Amino acid sequence: MAAAIEVRSVSKQFKLYHEHYTSLKERVVHYGRIPYEPFMALQEIDFDVEAGSTVGILGHNGCGKSTLLKCIAGILQPTRGEIVTRGRVAALLELGAGFNHELTGRENVFMNASILGLSKKDTALIFDEIVAFSELDKFIDMQVRHYSSGMYVRLGFAVAVNVEPDILLVDEVLAVGDEAFQRKCIERVKKFQQEGRTILFVTHAADLVRRICDRAVVLDHGKMVIDAKPGEAVRVFRESLHGGELNESDEPEEAAALAEVEAARPEGTHRVRITNVAIDHPGLRINRNWMLPDESMTIRVAYHASERTDDLLFGIAIHDENGNHLFGTNTGVLGLDVPPADGDGEMSFEFHRVPLLDGTYLVTLAIQSSDEGTVYDWREQQATFEVMNPSRTSGLVSFPIDVHFGRPSMGLPGFDTPGIKLVEGTGA
Amino acid sequence: MNPMSAPPSRVPRASGEATIVRPRMTARERLTRIIFRRELLVGMIRNELKIKYKNSVLGFAWSLLNPLLYLVVFYVAFTIILGSSIPSFPIWLLSGLLVWNLFSTGLGAATGSVVANSGLVKKVSFPREILPLASVGSMLVHFFLQSLVLFTVLAAVRWHVAWAYVPLIPLALIALLLVTSALGILLSAVNVYLRDTSHFLELALLAWFWITPVVYPFQLVGIRGGWSTKLWLTNPVTPIVVVFQRAIYAKLTNPHPKGGGPPIQLLPHWPYWGFLAYLGWSFAFGLVTLTIAVRVFGRSEANFAEEL
Repeated sequence: MAAAIEVRSVSKQFKLYHEHYTSLKERVVHYGRIPYEPFMALQEIDFDVEAGSTVGILGHNGCGKSTLLKCIAGILQPTRGEIVTRGRVAALLELGAGFNHELTGRENVFMNASILGLSKKDTALIFDEIVAFSELDKFIDMQVRHYSSGMYVRLGFAVAVNVEPDILLVDEVLAVGDEAFQRKCIERVKKFQQEGRTILFVTHAADLVRRICDRAVVLDHGKMVIDAKPGEAVRVFRESLHGGELNESDEPEEAAALAEVEAARPEGTHRVRITNVAIDHPGLRINRNWMLPDESMTIRVAYHASERTDDLLFGIAIHDENGNHLFGTNTGVLGLDVPPADGDGEMSFEFHRVPLLDGTYLVTLAIQSSDEGTVYDWREQQATFEVMNPSRTSGLVSFPIDVHFGRPSMGLPGFDTPGIKLVEGTGA
Repeated sequence: MNPMSAPPSRVPRASGEATIVRPRMTARERLTRIIFRRELLVGMIRNELKIKYKNSVLGFAWSLLNPLLYLVVFYVAFTIILGSSIPSFPIWLLSGLLVWNLFSTGLGAATGSVVANSGLVKKVSFPREILPLASVGSMLVHFFLQSLVLFTVLAAVRWHVAWAYVPLIPLALIALLLVTSALGILLSAVNVYLRDTSHFLELALLAWFWITPVVYPFQLVGIRGGWSTKLWLTNPVTPIVVVFQRAIYAKLTNPHPKGGGPPIQLLPHWPYWGFLAYLGWSFAFGLVTLTIAVRVFGRSEANFAEEL
């Protein structure tokens, strides 16, 4: 079967004008010497989307993913290359579909459906369904200009999913609207998948890609980095994201700011100082910078005591990127004796299994007196490690799981009423 | 996951026809695309009319009032103040003015159409030429309504139109739509990049009105010689206006009102095919402009969504 979408070495160039002249007078005055920089928003993008598959375009802001989607939707034309789409294409771009503010919701539905290629008669057939989906029955004869942005999006999505598109293009739209409506939309997208329709969506939510996509294309600065299975694509996406961050923190200004914060920190008498931290996991041996879920990990801490210190405690904490405290302990809590420090020393925290799924995690390390009254050194969230989940399981924690099937009579607990009765019966 | 197993839908799904988005399309491809989407064009015309009258008290009555007000103003200015000697001035004026109104309002609306519908242009894909065409189309509806005023006047005074020339009217109307649409498509694209195009157009239309024989008779200029007259004759709106006047006003000359003087020359003493040939010039102008306009539009359309 032919591909539903063929993107053939598509490039898109924008002209970035330093000054934007939009009046005739200005254009005449500056004719032929309006300075601009050619900006390649897309460079030689080339991929196919098989009919019936769901493909995500993953990339951070400004990578060209929305431009690509607009080209596929036919709103922008590529500078070079060609895009072939087969079947009706409905696109949901940014905030809602193109509505005319002066018209009512009803008129806009007909207008929009007409643009998507439906006749008036066909639209009348599905009109009630569109209204029901949007939950706007009370407002449908109101001018769209009085709609809230949420209502606007709802109506746009309701039209797009009800016109029986063969190809649905979605641009971060699922992130707007209230939660109930979002769930409804995701359900509809899943139904579309089951019906064998083609879905292409643009996002920077790696988790969503893993959950609903068959494949993903990663864009970085207008170039296609990879076209692969979601797990692999998410990994590459994270790496490119990480690369960007490292470059940023290389800037001298930022480094200086960090040093300032460090100096201002009250904790840390620095009688015992952490001199080095290294995180070791099996992946490093094969040049893989990230961990797989449930792998082992060792955090090595090198320290230096400027004078002999007997009363010591080592602490560790792990946070996720959103600042959630996932784990914390110290040698005191664990009831361990710490040998006295004098000069250089080394210790390590060994985790047999790190039950985490995707994400970048931050490690905080501290050396204190055993009553935690004196802080010798405290390194807040300085070391990081990364976990990449090759499977399509989603979430934060890798729960060990077994799945069984059977009837309630076999003694498996169930959610159904007989199961509950059984419990009540034994209780009574 | 087999698409064949999808439940039968009530709305026919597109036949899996391939749509190709690429940098260049020929003018013919673009025009075919527009004809293919004519239902959308009709819908957009309807919407434009709805929007225009949604917030007005008089609604469609405005369409009728507009030429009447023009009539009063020009009647006072020309017949009373300047003492113009065109008999049955209202009929003379209306037979040319309605045509001019369709041209000027259609072109004006078309020029602003792409910018005015930026919300649509940025969000959905359709042949954008439909926007200026819908503007011209909605003005065509006004034109028909305004024609009612003229018909009423003609019936009231039992005016004798030149029936032989009436078959030229539909041809002239088509030529007018062609010229207006062609210029409208061209200027709507230019207006995206040069936003003061519409201001410039207003001035240009004012001048254009006075080089078109709507208020004054064709023969006032047409019988003169020289290169300036030849240039004046190339105005593509003139043949259309003249054909309307020939068919509706019907009189080529009128006796001098004070008597004794030479008769007033109004319209050219051409045979039937003379008017037809002159109309041919409007068609030629329209077709050439349309080809250029569709090309220019096609080239600039690629970045509409970014420029708006």
